[in-house]
Amino acid sequence: MSSSDTLVATGNRAHSHGPGSPVPLQARSERPTSYDVADFAVPNGREEEWRFTPVKQLKALFEDAAGTETPKVDASGPEGVVFETVAADSLKVGKPQDRAAAVAWNHAGDAFAVRIPVEAELTEPVHVNVASLGARGFSHLIIESGRHSKAIVIIDHSGSGELGSNVEIVVGDGADLRVVSIQQGDHESIHLGQHDALVGRDARLHHVAVTLGGKVVRIGTNVRYAGPGGDAELLGVYFAESGQHHENRLFVDHEAANCKSNVLYKGALAGDHARSVWIGDVLIRAAAEGTDTFELNRNLVLTDGARADSVPNLEIETGEIEGAGHASATGRFDDEQLFYLQARGIPEDAARRLVVSGFFNDIIGKIGVPEVTEHLHEVIEDKLARTAELSESAKAVIGQ
Amino acid sequence: MATLEIRDLHVSVDTENGPKQILRGVDLTIAGGQTHAIMGPNGSGKSTLAYSIAGHPKYNVTSGTVTLDGEDVLDMSVDERARAGLFLAMQYPVEVPGVSVANFLRTAKTAIDGEAPKLRTWVKDVNKALADLDMDADFGTRNVNEGFSGGEKKRHEIVQLELLNPKVAILDETDSGLDIDALRIVSEGVNRFAAQGDKGVLLITHYTRILRYIKPDFVHVFVDGRVAEEGGPELAEELEANGYERFLKAGAK
Ligand SMILES: Nc1ncnc2c1ncn2[C@@H]1O[C@H](COP(=O)(O)OP(=O)(O)O)[C@@H](O)[C@H]1O
Ligand SMILES: [Mg+2]
Repeated sequence: MSSSDTLVATGNRAHSHGPGSPVPLQARSERPTSYDVADFAVPNGREEEWRFTPVKQLKALFEDAAGTETPKVDASGPEGVVFETVAADSLKVGKPQDRAAAVAWNHAGDAFAVRIPVEAELTEPVHVNVASLGARGFSHLIIESGRHSKAIVIIDHSGSGELGSNVEIVVGDGADLRVVSIQQGDHESIHLGQHDALVGRDARLHHVAVTLGGKVVRIGTNVRYAGPGGDAELLGVYFAESGQHHENRLFVDHEAANCKSNVLYKGALAGDHARSVWIGDVLIRAAAEGTDTFELNRNLVLTDGARADSVPNLEIETGEIEGAGHASATGRFDDEQLFYLQARGIPEDAARRLVVSGFFNDIIGKIGVPEVTEHLHEVIEDKLARTAELSESAKAVIGQ
Repeated sequence: MATLEIRDLHVSVDTENGPKQILRGVDLTIAGGQTHAIMGPNGSGKSTLAYSIAGHPKYNVTSGTVTLDGEDVLDMSVDERARAGLFLAMQYPVEVPGVSVANFLRTAKTAIDGEAPKLRTWVKDVNKALADLDMDADFGTRNVNEGFSGGEKKRHEIVQLELLNPKVAILDETDSGLDIDALRIVSEGVNRFAAQGDKGVLLITHYTRILRYIKPDFVHVFVDGRVAEEGGPELAEELEANGYERFLKAGAK
């Protein structure tokens, strides 16, 4: 895959303490977080954390007022899982990091909690569906997995509305929790979400953010560790089409010793003004000896007019680490790959699908939840079919 | 009997300074059962010829014709050319991340034959083709050309040649960068293909070394975008002894 500077901006800040780096992570981690909306001004788009985001389209989710419609939440799961409604402040693992999260926190009302009891091993995934229906609404989910439990929770965000959401995740000591958050709202939908996870001692969190639809979708995922030996695998897949903005912001805060984090986000973009933003912040604090972390973001730009921004930031405050690295690459669709496959008889559209599914292959393999990976394959196929139609009609217009 | 006919082929590429003419009237007829060697110095346009026949979009055919059994090849898309029976073993095979060799070979075979190969025999065929080229069976699970050594990439091209079994094979410097063992293994693959009797082979090479293993019926010396001289195998021997000197002088006028 070749890099292209004309189409694509790739953040090249090798380390946040390097030259040209405006915001050290230490400062970022001290950036105000608050449950009080009034502590955050309405973003104007010039702030560091909003500079990539089309804030003009988000006014409704910045307004400190009750929602016009409560999103519909329904949940199902195998025996053992407990669903209940709890007070918003019953857990407080996450603290809003920006105005949208604070607005959502205050206007979502009670939180919907999914509890996996101590030592429970769930045989089937838990499903939580959040449908936002044509208006402004807020949701608050809590996922709490007990010590030594094992579970998969799939959150499916759909609908046509404007949704502000908070998701708080606690992984109990020695527990193994997989959370898949799917964002597949209608074309006009807007979703600003904040996920906060606290990973217990020797626990394992597998967090997957899949964004497949929506006009503006921005998900912040923040991970902290409650004790040593925690392991967080943070995966993301997105596919932005014409006029869509898909943004993922990660912050992994290594404060405990001997913890691991592995971040892999992959996205494709197709169509005019398709836009993706990926910010990956990893901070290894002085006490976090033995940390092992790696983060990688790759973007595949399928057509002209799309743009991907990718900014990895790694800041290390101790020399006693196992390993730390990051990489980011954004490339255009490689026509040489297409030629090679076609030269073996494979028709162009099938060759294109093969290249794109190859691009996503490793990350889809890592998601490891069959119903999600099957769904992903299907949606990617659909999107590629639409991209092919687009380029066919473009050819027709310019008379090729 | 397949026949590939190239008539008065002119090809240019677009550069920053406008179109650049590379092929200047190539005439070549490769009949089934024949092996032709094209030999020429670097930059003489050998790869351009190969890519133009295969239909690489970078190359613009400005005049001339290419036909396969009378069918207009230039009017076909890249994949149609392959399905019509043309195969290009590339000088620099392309890596396709995330696509396994097994998936790639099966998809290509299905496209070429118009139907999926029978599973039982296909697995055997693939394993045999890999083994014949001295490649481990677990190459099937590797991604196409990703992390392959130069020699493995070239052997993988010949694996594809044998499995897809086209009418005419164009081999663009398949010998370059191979050690002597790999050269022999690759040559044996090409010879097995050619031995079927009705196949055409266009062997593009910079060196005479491979001609010890693959015996051409015709040798064409390629200079400055056209065939400067043609002959039998003895022409290769002359090149072996004297190099391209004589032709370069003539080409420079
Ligand atoms: N895209 C291109 N832009 C400019 N010049 C090119 C391009 N492709 C090939 N050429 C030129 O065309 C000539 C022939 O190249 P090529 O066909 O690769 O030769 P060979 O395979 O015989 O070494 C060379 O001078 C090469 O530099
Ligand atoms: Mg060449």
